[in-house]
Amino acid sequence: MLTALHKHLLNDFQRDFPLSSRPYLDIANALGVSEGEVLSALTELNDKHFISRIGPIIPPNQLGVSTLVAMAIPEQQLQTVADMISAYPEVNHNYEREHCFNLWFVVIATDSRHLQAVLDAIEQETGYKAMSMPLLDDFFIDLGFKLDLHHA
Amino acid sequence: MLDVRDRQLIEIVQLGLPVSPRPYAEIGSTLSMSEDEVIERLIRLKQNGLIKRMGVIVKHHQLGYRANAMIVWNVPDNLVKQLGGHISQFAFVTLCYQRPRQAEWPYNLYCMIHGKDRATVLMQLDQLNEFCGLAGFDREILFSRRCFKQRGAIYQRATGTLLTHG
Repeated sequence: MLTALHKHLLNDFQRDFPLSSRPYLDIANALGVSEGEVLSALTELNDKHFISRIGPIIPPNQLGVSTLVAMAIPEQQLQTVADMISAYPEVNHNYEREHCFNLWFVVIATDSRHLQAVLDAIEQETGYKAMSMPLLDDFFIDLGFKLDLHHA
Repeated sequence: MLDVRDRQLIEIVQLGLPVSPRPYAEIGSTLSMSEDEVIERLIRLKQNGLIKRMGVIVKHHQLGYRANAMIVWNVPDNLVKQLGGHISQFAFVTLCYQRPRQAEWPYNLYCMIHGKDRATVLMQLDQLNEFCGLAGFDREILFSRRCFKQRGAIYQRATGTLLTHG
């Protein structure tokens, strides 16, 4: 069950988290609660896996290169192959999707040589073909996501 | 534009700010950087647009947004930019990218929709098709099933030490 404070923390600080010495105190002052309450509410949200982290969103291809990779894996092999792929530190998202290409993951690296080496290693380790679709253009300005928490 | 210290700072901040009274001071102490320097660098990175936004990154699924669809279209190359721009105007769209077609994959325009359920996502997709004029193009909808891994982007140097997600 989410409290009013939880809901404010989830929705109101996705974009302009304070860049100040005591950011949680600034948030507390903005919401009329104590810093301690903000810290415990955020810890609860974290523990319940409602938030992934507090941090920056960095557009792809600013610090390196990235690609989206699709693989078609037989169902009974999927968990094993997915685990192999998740173990690569260069992989940051890894999802099963409803399609014959059923495994989709993002690989990032500081340069394209390293990226290619990771793709080669994944193909070799798993024995399946990795179809790579590098990013060409990014149209979206991620300003956060307004959650409807009415019934949450 | 980015120096080595910026990169080191980004690597640490991507793991998530500590939830404690002086998070920037804590981050600074692991990098031998003062709290002021951490804050100044982050402000500059945000002004430069390298940091698009700074804040709470929510987990949609746990918050009741159970239906996550990746929708892909095959649109003419000369229309990708315009269509991508239109798609990105919709609040329920969380990502929109152009990617190259492949032999077994004829699609070049991608978007992601997070919705509370499938029916909502499909309704939102209808809206996109109607308002952006996408209905005539080949497309596929790929709903997600299991999430095996999700975390911030951490750029590995080929020979560097690995950062673990705490």
